[in-house]
Amino acid sequence: MAQMNMIEAIKDAMRVELKRDPSVLIFGEDVGHVGGVFRATEGLQAEFGENRVFDTPLAESAIGGLAVGLGTQGFRPIAEIQFVGFIFEALDQMFVQAARMRYRSGGRYNAPIVFRTPFGGGVKAAELHTDSLEGLAIQTPGIKVVVPSNPYDAKGLLISAIRDNDPVFFMEHLNLYRAFRDEVPEGEYTVPIGKANVVREGTDVTIIAYGLMVHTAKKAADELAKNGVNAEVIDLRTLMPLDIDTIVASIQKTNRAIVVQEAQKTSGAAAEIIAQINEKAILHLEAPVLRCAGPDTVYPFAQIEDAWLPTPARIVKTVNQVLQF
Amino acid sequence: MSKGSLDAPAMPVHSLAHEVRSEDVAPLRVLSPEGEVINPERMPDLTDEQLKEVMYRMVFTRTWDDRAVNLGRQGRLGFYAPVSGQEGTMVGSEYALTKDDFVCPGYRDMPQLVWHGLPLYQAFLYSRGHQHGGQIPEGVNVLMPQIIIGAQILHATGIAMGFKLKGEKRVAITYTGDGGSSEGDFYEGLNFAGAFKLPVIYFVQNNGYAITTPFAKQTGAQSIAHKALAAGIRGVQVDGMDVLAVISAVQEAAAIARDGGGATLIEGLTYRFRPHSMSDDATKYRTKEEEQEWSLKDPIVRFGKFLEAKGLWTEEDTARVKEEAKNAVNEHIKKAEQTEKMTVPGLIDSMFENTPPHLEEQKAEFQ
Repeated sequence: MAQMNMIEAIKDAMRVELKRDPSVLIFGEDVGHVGGVFRATEGLQAEFGENRVFDTPLAESAIGGLAVGLGTQGFRPIAEIQFVGFIFEALDQMFVQAARMRYRSGGRYNAPIVFRTPFGGGVKAAELHTDSLEGLAIQTPGIKVVVPSNPYDAKGLLISAIRDNDPVFFMEHLNLYRAFRDEVPEGEYTVPIGKANVVREGTDVTIIAYGLMVHTAKKAADELAKNGVNAEVIDLRTLMPLDIDTIVASIQKTNRAIVVQEAQKTSGAAAEIIAQINEKAILHLEAPVLRCAGPDTVYPFAQIEDAWLPTPARIVKTVNQVLQF
Repeated sequence: MSKGSLDAPAMPVHSLAHEVRSEDVAPLRVLSPEGEVINPERMPDLTDEQLKEVMYRMVFTRTWDDRAVNLGRQGRLGFYAPVSGQEGTMVGSEYALTKDDFVCPGYRDMPQLVWHGLPLYQAFLYSRGHQHGGQIPEGVNVLMPQIIIGAQILHATGIAMGFKLKGEKRVAITYTGDGGSSEGDFYEGLNFAGAFKLPVIYFVQNNGYAITTPFAKQTGAQSIAHKALAAGIRGVQVDGMDVLAVISAVQEAAAIARDGGGATLIEGLTYRFRPHSMSDDATKYRTKEEEQEWSLKDPIVRFGKFLEAKGLWTEEDTARVKEEAKNAVNEHIKKAEQTEKMTVPGLIDSMFENTPPHLEEQKAEFQ
């Protein structure tokens, strides 16, 4: 066991897999020599060589296309898109070419690719660095979507993602990279893709969250506890495929739920989660499932980010609406 | 991947005197319109049997195209992009490579796939919209036809990088049209190949039109071959109606690539005798005179004259190949029509290696 922050855990996952499997490659803008703008790949080129970990020209679509081509030739590319807002340049390669490769070829080819990208607010970054674009990915058939919230999960989920024989969009929250340290086992272990985690047990209401919002939700739960409300917090960890069973099991116990997401209200994963709850657990609900989310504006200017993003207070308010319904 | 160092010679400073000039490029030619060898130095090293095989494939492809258009009208084929006129670039470029080399086609490039090993009935299934059309047999080194113009340029680049990383002496070839050279992915692919010195051939079949838009409206560049300069790779223009020139250009590019010399952009000047697709009316944007002029450059006629003069081909040979091709098309369209129908659960199961629970649930709705 070692104490690691999330970025160290992510690097460790890639190191473990580079070592274990010679077909694993890492490439992207500035990931090689310098080790990435957040040092997620620091030291990996020195350890594994320029044929395994390399810098590319500045062109996201070609980074995606390179991954797709290499994927057909038995490689396992980990392609980094430097910031989430730049995935638009690579959308065809990620969400069309990689996501459809197995289906289009009737299984003859596949795309065992991880597209790593940082996202997420609260760090006063420049425009288009922090948007929550997971909603685009979850409505794209063929690609899995993973959003870890802590170092242990990040390492285990990334190892699972690298070993997955289908493409995975791996979203790393900027605000969690160095936020705290956790015990992270040495060597290899996996956290299964598609399995949520109940991070706080409760009986009165279920708060469903992912990414940074798991921590915001836990703070809200602490506030609620002061007023005698016992909230259960679920960290989804994977948005596609969604672990609806864990959500339903929780609602059967609490009979009330909200979904918290950093993305705008009309994007992200919340609407789909609520639709599935309606399909599978409506008779267990004492109140409608509400959303606590960003407003439907363009992602805010840095100076007003903190007011725009969901806060513990807004989550408490949303929970109270559900409780008082 | 070369790195700069303090010892390296200074980069040349481009002054006006060194400027890239948009001079007329002279396309590489081996045969005159009368089928005479006008450039013996570039005559590909092919046996008589190989020369006859090239002609066989061109005549076969033309007959298949004729039949495909009719089958389309009868509703027995679906999406189909005609190829007549482009046999020189299609057959010639594929013939210049080995079966180990990898083909990343655009949507018009079905002939290259079939000559590289894809069974004809699967080409028909692709046209009809059946998943089995894309189930490329093991050992046939091709991807499915690419609908997103430019995407295949990047796949070939990645595949070529794979060959380079594995130390394999293989080459990837990819095709697009003149319109495709305006895409960002076209430039990005060439540029990556230049930066990493990858064994890849970018073959642009310039038939003068992207659906209705003429080449002059795609770019102010003198030629597509010139665009190689921007990526630091070789650029070559070839007479695409001269199959021997196409073979020569591709063989040369492949040899350079296998030797570690990097990528080549080849522009083949060609013409499609038919419309862009079965739903296009070429009379709205092309003149009879222009079509007449290009029909005189028919690659099959030109190569046929060359072979006839060498005593390697006769009209009877052409008739025999046409008959064979018609029979093959009949047999394969029947096989396509008899292929088991797809099912929704089957499609669902082909999405992921392990079907996730929500898809298992959705599958049940169709059983």
